[in-house]
Amino acid sequence: MTSSEQALARDASSADAGPGSLTGEPGPARGAQGRGTTPAPSSWRSRLYRWDMKASPYAFISPFFIIFGAFSLVPLLYTAWYSLHNVQLSSLDTQTWAGLDNYKNLFTSDFFWNALKNTFSIGVISTVPQLIAALWLAHMLNYRLRGSVVWRVVVLTPYATSVAAATLVFVLLFSPDTGMVNWLLDLVGMDPVNWRESDWGSQFAVSSIVIWRWTGYNALIYLAAMQAIPADLYESAALDGANRWKQFRHVTIPMLRPTILFTVVVSTIGATQLFGEPLLFGGVSGTKGGSEHQYQTLGLYMYDQGWIVGNLGKASAIAWSMFLILLVIAAINLLITRRLRKTQ
Amino acid sequence: MRTTARTSRRATTFAVVAALATGLLAGCAADDGDSGSGSSGGSGGGGKTTLTVGTFGTFGYKQAGLYDEYMKLHKDITIKENVTTRTDVYWPKTLTRLQAGSGTDDIQAIEVGNITEAVQTQAAKFVDIGKEVDKSQWLDWKNAQATTKDGKQIALGTDVGPMAICYRKDLFEKAGLETDRTKLAKSWNGSWDKYVALGKQYMKKAPSGTKFVDSASSVYNAALGGEKERYYDKEGNVIWDKSSGVKNSWNAAMTVATSDMSAKLKQFDKPWDQGFANGTFATVACPAWMLGYIQTKAGAAGEGKWDVAAAPTAANWGGSFIGVPTASKHQKEAIALAKWLTAPEQQAKVFGEQASFPSTPSAYASLKPEAKTTKYFSDAPLTQIFSDSAKTIPVQVFGVKDQPISTAITDTGILQVEQKGKSPSQGWDAATKEVKDVLGQ
Repeated sequence: MTSSEQALARDASSADAGPGSLTGEPGPARGAQGRGTTPAPSSWRSRLYRWDMKASPYAFISPFFIIFGAFSLVPLLYTAWYSLHNVQLSSLDTQTWAGLDNYKNLFTSDFFWNALKNTFSIGVISTVPQLIAALWLAHMLNYRLRGSVVWRVVVLTPYATSVAAATLVFVLLFSPDTGMVNWLLDLVGMDPVNWRESDWGSQFAVSSIVIWRWTGYNALIYLAAMQAIPADLYESAALDGANRWKQFRHVTIPMLRPTILFTVVVSTIGATQLFGEPLLFGGVSGTKGGSEHQYQTLGLYMYDQGWIVGNLGKASAIAWSMFLILLVIAAINLLITRRLRKTQ
Repeated sequence: MRTTARTSRRATTFAVVAALATGLLAGCAADDGDSGSGSSGGSGGGGKTTLTVGTFGTFGYKQAGLYDEYMKLHKDITIKENVTTRTDVYWPKTLTRLQAGSGTDDIQAIEVGNITEAVQTQAAKFVDIGKEVDKSQWLDWKNAQATTKDGKQIALGTDVGPMAICYRKDLFEKAGLETDRTKLAKSWNGSWDKYVALGKQYMKKAPSGTKFVDSASSVYNAALGGEKERYYDKEGNVIWDKSSGVKNSWNAAMTVATSDMSAKLKQFDKPWDQGFANGTFATVACPAWMLGYIQTKAGAAGEGKWDVAAAPTAANWGGSFIGVPTASKHQKEAIALAKWLTAPEQQAKVFGEQASFPSTPSAYASLKPEAKTTKYFSDAPLTQIFSDSAKTIPVQVFGVKDQPISTAITDTGILQVEQKGKSPSQGWDAATKEVKDVLGQ
């Protein structure tokens, strides 16, 4: 033992009155607890050891829960409290009880249902092609390629760019007069589209940003899972005369099922919370999501109500509605997972 | 041996937990320290006082070297500017900090669109700075905007946004129109409808790929800036749907939106910037502060092609205030700095740097825009045009939700007509629905 360890040990034993007095046990009783066979110091030591074994793991994981509590749980509950009050951004200290008014207001608001619809439709047209493209990309990358590391890095590059930078570039590409997309459409003899103001055009444009950013990310996840598939499966499939496509369909896809489910869940949550892309795509007054709210997502609507209009009570109600929607989505995912597992 | 291992493991456990805990606490502490108001240096006691100035966008104080100058004059003061680029991010943040009573800067900028909200809901959180100055230095209507009903002035005017029309001389010439700025100003004097009528003329012979004006919304904003009656009446009632000012401006904007004279851009968007660079529109209603913007976006290619003429009506668009929150730990020093920054001489310097127009008339005689700017705008008498406008701008009544109502009208109502081909009445209905949502009706 070094001197510092001795000091520690001494510190520990001199503090042994602590736990005992805390539990209200009288001093001598501790000897009895040790069943009289072991002398007091070593009983203390073994107890400390057991306590250490039990408590240390909690101490190790506590930072997460402390942070989670402070920055997630408390705001979550506080938001719930806010959603039941009439709270204005300019007078936070005078909140009046509103009961379920904010929710009633919300469920009768066209803007809310419109935002929900948009969130769903943008979610579908961004998630589905994205995951299919990712699967295809991963399949391609899984072949023996020259410079495969380079390709993988390239595929991941869009994910590394910031939402803001990516969106600004897309805004220019989709600009109605000077944008490259309309120029290309013109080349093939199609009419130009006002990408920001048309209903489907704007949703497509927003989705394309999402697809561009996240496809590579999902592709790498798929690739990792594909590489874990034993090669002999493919060999025997090849012996049975299965071509590449059949191998993909009958070996790769079934083996990837858990991974696919994981990416579906993660992408769905991401799609429900979609915020940055449409906000920046909208430019100066991006929170409106276009002049007819044609690409206003729930996230945007919440931000608009809270920080632009200044109605924090209603914004909180939107936040909680979003939370409940996510819970429903999670439940549906869980059901599907279970069913899939049973059929497997 | 085992004991040793165990003890050392326990020591490590404690060390790690302790480190994490301290880290967490330190993190919080650091957050607190971030709140701005400088160190415990105290005032005048030999140590330096750090004053923070919270602004949005470019205020030009740093650019014009005002902070350095002030620090040279006052050796015990250090000034730090906290800039938030977007107003829609800056203001909610400032509101929450004001009400929390912490995290505010020693001087806090307020945009004209938010000043009424600040006056009506946050007056208690600001120092009555009107008591500290000679109010007659400022334009009356500017002071009035920052003053509560019982006479407490919460902020000092920085710049104002007197309006003119910036136009591309070369494009006008190609379209066979008058290019002389005084004659032009006379031809549309008094009414935005005349200006819009000229637009129709322009479109008849417009150089290919160009439009008369950048957007219908900019015409709306410019016209409304000259109207006495806006969205609220003096008693604070919302009258936006009955207001004659809104009606006039809306009609002018509708003429633009339903014709082909608009480039259909959204102001301050990237494509708008590109419009300046590519010269896709011939005119834009330009408050003084926009001159610098045009210069940067249109670039060297636009030099000498732009000119400035007086607007149809004297109108104001934009302009800001600075106030000292009561939460400031160095109120005395902050008030002194705010006074100095908004004094006529300093406002004149900021104008020289980036053409933010002073709110103090006594500065007008000595105004000298940067030579580069004058040259850029074909040697137009900028100071005269803008000061003539500034002196005759009517006192306008603002309301708490001016900003969101305006956005609803321009970005929903006008945009639907301009970009989606809806009829003006459909656009009006959509705007109505939006405004009702904003007002919680």
